[in-house]
Amino acid sequence: MLRFVLRRLASGVVLIVVITAATFFLLHASGGNIARRILGQEATEDTVVQKTHELGLDRPVASQFGDWLSHAIHGDFGASWFTSQPVSEAITSRLQVTLELVIGATLVSGIVAVALGVLAATRRGWVDRLVQLLSVLGFAVPNFLVALALVTVFAIQLEVFKPTGYTSLSDDPAAWLSTVTLPIIALSIGSIAGVAQQIRGSMIDALDRDYVRTLRSRGLPEWRVVYKHVLRNAGGPGLAMLAVQFVGLLGGAVIIEQIFAIPGLGQVSVGATSQGDVPLVMGLVLASAVVVVAVNLVVDLLQGFLNPKVRLS
Amino acid sequence: MTSLWRRLLRNPTGIGSLIFLVLVVLSAVFAPLLAPHDPNTASAYDTLSGPSATYWLGNDGSGHDVLSRLLFATRLSVTLTGETLVIAAVLGIVAGLLAGYYGKFFEAVGAAGTSLLQALPAIVVLLAAKSVLGPSDFAAMAVFGVLIAPAFYRVVYSAVSAVRGELYVDAARVSGLSDPRIIGRHVLTVVRAPAIVLAANIAGISVAISAGLDFLGLGDPAIPSWGGMLNDGFTNIFTQPLLVLWPSLAIGLTCIAFALLGNALRDELERVDAAPKRRRRATPATTVTVAPAAVITHDEAPEKPGTDLLVVQHLSVGYGSADGSVKTVVEDVTLTVRRGEVHGLIGESGSGKTQTAFSILRLLPSGGRLVGGSITFEGRDLANLSEKQMTALRGKKIAYVPQEPMSNLDPSFTVGSQLVEPMRLHLGLSKSDAKARALDLLARVGIPNPGRTYAAYPHEVSGGMAQRVLIAGAISCDPDLLIADEPTTALDVTVQAEVLDLLRDLQRERQMGMLLVTHNFGVVADLCDRVSVMQSGRIVETGPVRAIFAGPRHAYTRSLFEAILPDAEARGALPGITSSGTLGEGVTA
Repeated sequence: MLRFVLRRLASGVVLIVVITAATFFLLHASGGNIARRILGQEATEDTVVQKTHELGLDRPVASQFGDWLSHAIHGDFGASWFTSQPVSEAITSRLQVTLELVIGATLVSGIVAVALGVLAATRRGWVDRLVQLLSVLGFAVPNFLVALALVTVFAIQLEVFKPTGYTSLSDDPAAWLSTVTLPIIALSIGSIAGVAQQIRGSMIDALDRDYVRTLRSRGLPEWRVVYKHVLRNAGGPGLAMLAVQFVGLLGGAVIIEQIFAIPGLGQVSVGATSQGDVPLVMGLVLASAVVVVAVNLVVDLLQGFLNPKVRLS
Repeated sequence: MTSLWRRLLRNPTGIGSLIFLVLVVLSAVFAPLLAPHDPNTASAYDTLSGPSATYWLGNDGSGHDVLSRLLFATRLSVTLTGETLVIAAVLGIVAGLLAGYYGKFFEAVGAAGTSLLQALPAIVVLLAAKSVLGPSDFAAMAVFGVLIAPAFYRVVYSAVSAVRGELYVDAARVSGLSDPRIIGRHVLTVVRAPAIVLAANIAGISVAISAGLDFLGLGDPAIPSWGGMLNDGFTNIFTQPLLVLWPSLAIGLTCIAFALLGNALRDELERVDAAPKRRRRATPATTVTVAPAAVITHDEAPEKPGTDLLVVQHLSVGYGSADGSVKTVVEDVTLTVRRGEVHGLIGESGSGKTQTAFSILRLLPSGGRLVGGSITFEGRDLANLSEKQMTALRGKKIAYVPQEPMSNLDPSFTVGSQLVEPMRLHLGLSKSDAKARALDLLARVGIPNPGRTYAAYPHEVSGGMAQRVLIAGAISCDPDLLIADEPTTALDVTVQAEVLDLLRDLQRERQMGMLLVTHNFGVVADLCDRVSVMQSGRIVETGPVRAIFAGPRHAYTRSLFEAILPDAEARGALPGITSSGTLGEGVTA
């Protein structure tokens, strides 16, 4: 068990290093005079050269990355080139907000998708067709359109929720709920659709297995057969799909945060990107990669819990 | 392939979404002709004005004509989607073909590349790329094309690696065709259909992604885009809410059209694939050609009243098919199992014996149902019981031993928990009592180390052990009737005899009635008191085992006898069976 976790962690670390290296080289290979962009058009050539030297941009890219990496290992991710704010400070508080949305949406998707998928697989007929159609639509419509529709109806027309802004959970839980509900719904629709389809498919497969008949022949009530036995066997692919969706939700949050003016990673990302703020972009890529690696590890452990064969290998 | 297109055009969703998408492309191509105004000319007097005769859809925040901008923005979306698709398809398909066809090195590279490209959310990568590449949507969507290429890669790779070992590909190789020609002619045809389905879905996603980037304000503001218009509408949502509607409709409907198209394509593909299967499944029913003849019944001593445990009368089982007709797989079956008696039900595969067994448990596969007759168990007609009443009987009164041991244990739970669950339910035992009883049962069915097997998962025990576990589970709640469906067929020959002995001992010890489904007269001779011979869904001959062995009258029964006799000299000579000793042993032991 421990060896499994360590091995996954090691491959995660390799993945993170590869991703950050690739990003770093691409960011620097792009050319363009970064110092000029920071200092503006009025700066003299001398100050630009000086700034370039100050940022270390005149050194080979590989040695720059080496510097970045060795600092990063010690927890120093540099400072924004434009605001001089430390990257770790700019990211951590916002990462928390984004994770609240994404984890909330993952939980909502997991629960609703299981309910819909099981319903479709066990009832079949028109219920199944309806769930399937809704899944296709829910998967197809971009989440920002869902968000815009929700804002228009529930925040602007009905005024049930706040259209924009964010209150932290520790400050006022009720206000927090009122600010995150719509974003979480908007994020969830697509992943509900994806996961429900997967659960439906693997439930139908699992319901067809021989052991289901045997369990029924033992006189277990149908709900017990379905929710305890079949769902557990069908859960693996659904969980894998939920992990894929989580990565998508992390990206989707960028856009959704813009719509609801939520101070998460999305806002930093869009700002850092349009300015070409390399340290901040690196920090964002690193944070996303770490979150994704962590989620995949958790999902692998959960898969082991669901499926004893995975656990042993 | 041509038939797929034809089918798609007949599919209402398929043709509907296709027409919509063609209209989208046409309006992109002819945008300069269709647009009533110049998309970039701002009319300062008309900012945020609603629809009017001059500006059909009104004006945006800068005073541009919304309709004209929408049409020109369609050009951008269509081009970007095309760009993404071409890049993703070329990259993914080439890489998938290489990895699938040549394996090894390409396979490793493909797997590594895929996991790398999918380790980050696409939007995050695109944002990072944007900081380098600037506001160009074309550059960003080229990156997205690379990011989404693994989707094509996976589809192509799995299709090709599945086909790689196929005989016809080997044959082509042996006959001297070059690799590119084999790939072109034999391999590409396999991936064409799934790749088209995938393309439709990816097109929808790339419409959404490019609109999302432009909505974030990261696109080129000089070029009209759906996302940019959405952004403009959103900033002005309080003053002119309609502005959000038009680009939303354009984006939403296009995405939905692509998704529905992909869905329709997949449905039609599956229908093409499924068609031959359905025909194959129909064959057992078409073999019901034997004219209903009277059942040959051998005389036997009249039974004592009140000893009948299960009386099946005129049972018919049918499967409904899509066209509403019902295919009968069991017809007019009548048989009786007395208390403490073993009744054999013998016939070849497809004769309906397993269907008969399932219908007594009321556990027919989906689509199957009782279409006639009655199943009386201890005075109650099972056909009329509610699902709840039936659940209460199963396991407690009527138990079941399946044919294939490994697939009949739930792989996710330990052997022990699967034994304990029904006992706690039916017998109301406490956890520890149920565990003690389960361990006793495991010991009783001959498992050498009950504690270890109790804690084991099904994949950790052998087939013979698994069958013993299933038998233990079946008898755990002291049923009156045991239905055993070919309980030894899937086992090793050495284990078969042991399991048969076990079943016989348990049946004697507990005085259970047993319905034993088998295709082997040896098993019948070993275990059964009476036997019914089934052919093509009907019982053709029935009676005491001794009587039928002494003088089988139906031609089919005789052919079954011949099938089990090992020596050619004994073929047709029925006394040969008794001389083998099995009958005498089975009856007197």
